[in-house]
Amino acid sequence: MIRAGLSALLSHWRRRPFQLLTLVLGLATATALWSGVQAINAEARASYDEAAAVLAGPALDTVERAAGGTIAVEEWLALRRAGWQVSPVIEGRLARHDLAILGIDPFTLPPDAIPGEDDGAAFDAGFLTGPGQILVAPETAQALRGADLPPRIEVEGIPPGTAYADIATARALLGQDGFARLFVTGPPSLGAPPLERIAPELERRAPRASGGDVARLTDSFHLNLTAFGLLSFAVGLFIVRGAIALAFEQRRPVFRTLRALGLPRATLAGLLAVELLVLALVSGALGVALGWLVASLLIPDVAATLRGLYGAEVSGSLSLRPSWWLSGVGIAVAGTALAGAASLWRIYRLPILAPAQPRAWARAGARAAWAQGAGAVACAGVALVAGFAFDGLVAGFVLLGAALLAAALALPLALDAGLAILSRSARGPRAEWFWADTRQQVPGLSLALMALLLALAANVGVGTMVSSFRLTFTGWLDQRLASELYVRAETPAQAAALTDWLGPRTREILPIQSTDTPLAGTPGEVFGVAARSPTYRDHWPLIAQAPEVWDRVAAGEAVLVNEQLARRDGLWPGAEIEIAGWPTEVAGVYSDYGNPLPQALVGLDRYRALFPESVALNFGIRVAPDETAALIRGMTDEVGIAREAISDQASIKAFSLGIFERTFTVTAALNVLTLSVAGLAILTSLLTVASMRQPQLAPVWALGLSRAALARLELLRAVLLAALTFVLALPVGLLLAWILLDVINVEAFGWRLPMRVFPLDWLALAGLSLVAAALAALLPAIRLRRMPPARLLQVFANER
Amino acid sequence: MLLEIENVTKSYPSADGPVPVLRGVSLSLAAGETLALTGDSGSGKSTLLHLAGGLDAPDGGRVLIEGEDIAHYDDRRRARLRRETVSVIFQQFNLIPSLDVGANIAFQARLAGRHDPAWARDLAERLGLAAHLSKYPEQLSGGQQQRVAIGRTLAARPRLVLADEPTGNLDEGTGAEVAAVMRDLVTATGAGLLVVTHSRSLADRMGRRMELRGGRAL
Repeated sequence: MIRAGLSALLSHWRRRPFQLLTLVLGLATATALWSGVQAINAEARASYDEAAAVLAGPALDTVERAAGGTIAVEEWLALRRAGWQVSPVIEGRLARHDLAILGIDPFTLPPDAIPGEDDGAAFDAGFLTGPGQILVAPETAQALRGADLPPRIEVEGIPPGTAYADIATARALLGQDGFARLFVTGPPSLGAPPLERIAPELERRAPRASGGDVARLTDSFHLNLTAFGLLSFAVGLFIVRGAIALAFEQRRPVFRTLRALGLPRATLAGLLAVELLVLALVSGALGVALGWLVASLLIPDVAATLRGLYGAEVSGSLSLRPSWWLSGVGIAVAGTALAGAASLWRIYRLPILAPAQPRAWARAGARAAWAQGAGAVACAGVALVAGFAFDGLVAGFVLLGAALLAAALALPLALDAGLAILSRSARGPRAEWFWADTRQQVPGLSLALMALLLALAANVGVGTMVSSFRLTFTGWLDQRLASELYVRAETPAQAAALTDWLGPRTREILPIQSTDTPLAGTPGEVFGVAARSPTYRDHWPLIAQAPEVWDRVAAGEAVLVNEQLARRDGLWPGAEIEIAGWPTEVAGVYSDYGNPLPQALVGLDRYRALFPESVALNFGIRVAPDETAALIRGMTDEVGIAREAISDQASIKAFSLGIFERTFTVTAALNVLTLSVAGLAILTSLLTVASMRQPQLAPVWALGLSRAALARLELLRAVLLAALTFVLALPVGLLLAWILLDVINVEAFGWRLPMRVFPLDWLALAGLSLVAAALAALLPAIRLRRMPPARLLQVFANER
Repeated sequence: MLLEIENVTKSYPSADGPVPVLRGVSLSLAAGETLALTGDSGSGKSTLLHLAGGLDAPDGGRVLIEGEDIAHYDDRRRARLRRETVSVIFQQFNLIPSLDVGANIAFQARLAGRHDPAWARDLAERLGLAAHLSKYPEQLSGGQQQRVAIGRTLAARPRLVLADEPTGNLDEGTGAEVAAVMRDLVTATGAGLLVVTHSRSLADRMGRRMELRGGRAL
């Protein structure tokens, strides 16, 4: 019985391979977009964990300076002499090689804290002697080929973009004297005095949590990606839902016959569930493979984005992770269950004597429109509550999701209302039939149109956000990058020689010093700047300020903080803040796009008093634009500055904008993919609905409308529905943009952007969606145009 | 007795309250016997046939098949009854469009677990379908499709065959031909045949005739 029943059910797909392809493609595409994003996230998180495990050490306590800053060699020696088992670490970055350096002392650090050491592959005597060696991941070694650095030893397990070196080698490479922190490698010897007595400015800290700061900083980026992946998956599920519903409805007479011939209801539902499960497994596997391809294409851009935005190193290639494969197939099965549950339930409840009406599903859809309307109102209510009653990123995404769902659910009703208004303009029987028929088609096409609405709204929303960001960011860069040249000296001696040489040749030299130090209780950075300079006064973009802000900062009476810090802790002008033990007042707040860390700007004199060990190695140089080339030549030839240590304003802008563009390459790609999926949804819906249109079209044909005219009207109908959907998607997209800019961005990144509108982009998108709809409708229209009259006559010959 | 219907009643809900369709109808049918059920539209013929086939349950009265009351059967037992004992031939043929003629004929027998390929082939021969076994239903005429439906029913060797307007979709000549084949083959297998029809000529071919009017037997 089961074999016979299954063969009857499966024979449907043999006779309708295109419909099967639609279902498999829809599910595979949805799974691909979701699992592709998950693959990227998993790869990035694995890289963070790897990096955090290396940088945080093997769960060892650390000793660090309480107020931030480095630990002097003398302090380390004092601790060792007092019986404290501590091992020093130097951390820094070689900007010209884009390489993080981690200097360790292999004699005092436990072997399991050194990568590769447990299998004896890490290093030999060359690590400690001569020019030293650096331990790097194979891919980093590849990237550093030919670089002017100590010999490289390749070791698996080191995060990309990071190098291990002996502490002496690291000190020489970074030009640093102090240590970033000390690992506590064992208990202090008996009688050792407590830490506060030996070095009161140092404090002992627990091991850093796995995942580390980088993972925390990048969480919002990954949450954004996940949200987009979920949206794409939802759009894909609309196709699956439509294809399953259609396949079930087309087979309704078969189900009735099977029941009449003695197949029990539970067995029928069970067989259909098995059929769906098999389809989900096959499509899921295909989707995971496609997702792999998508992720492989996108991950270099994601890696560049994460490096540019957060300094987080992520491997540019993908690893095969069984958990990812399983979760991809799992989400395909779950999605199919979700998409097919209503159809299965309807089949289970189908009375055996229910008339097997073709397009009963469409009528049922029309009946369900009001229920959908109620759902839309409920979702809008959830969005309002999330928007007004709750704060936080999760509330932001609930607002986003509920608003989109409300719009999608309201679409059929809105389209029906729009078509009802338009139908009043109908003159003559042909137009009247066209409008009435179009309204009748809406329930059947509503799932595909909902998918289109979501894709278009996402395009408008994300496009508006990106373009607003681009416009604001470009203006902000123009303001903030006021110096014509930026240069970095290798050593304090070279910095001194540089400033001496530049003095008579430039309008102004602006030292830029910075130190990592906690701000309002979390890791942050403090910059020392020449606040008296008109360069800052004229160019630094302030979004809130107290009177005489720059004079007070220059006099060391107050500080500026970035928007992120101001929003997070409510530190607006007039608020108090403590920096490295110095209580002061916030005098202004500046925009600081793209920086995930809290930041404060301090007048140079005050900065030097607070951080006496900090050395000025970075400088902004004000010079007439036509003199920059000569100045660069002079600095390299006469002072010995490396060419790659000098950047001109234009190249920094280009570099920053490059990072920016790559940041949104991923969202742009997902945007295009989502729109393509929506186009596919329309195509498949039209093709499948076309097969059931004969009884509706044949009478009109018999009454005198040619097949060519009918085909043209079908084409026009698809374009019209897409146009109406676009009109409705536009406000939804703008709402989405507002939520992204005013809620999600502020919660995720800490800064707010002004929203700009770009009507030309909308026009282009409208054109694209109309072309997609016309292309999708073309094949069914051509089929109708070529349909033999005999087939249309079958409608009258036999009851269908 | 193969089929006994005793004083059954049935109504359907409507906006104006329940509409009675059957008001206490009784009939009986022995194995090998043929009975035509006639009457105007809305007289309750098809409803009575659905009750006899276990496709629906009566509001009152009893439906016994081979002495067993099926009124209180659950869905699973009703399905088994339709699979193994009773088979229905519909006006709309209700073939499975994605299976070819051969597979359609064998289908119910396979479902019941008693597929006999030689018997199915023999039926196809007798029904004049041997040359069409690999065709799909949409490629056949209405008369041929109804022959396939008859073949599907008889291939499963049911003890009771119920036919609901089996010639209603066919022209007069084809209908007469199909009706003759159906009656001959059913009686040859020893099954009972209950036919619901408007057609006087089809009713005349059956051994007995019973007319319904306003939900009552005349």
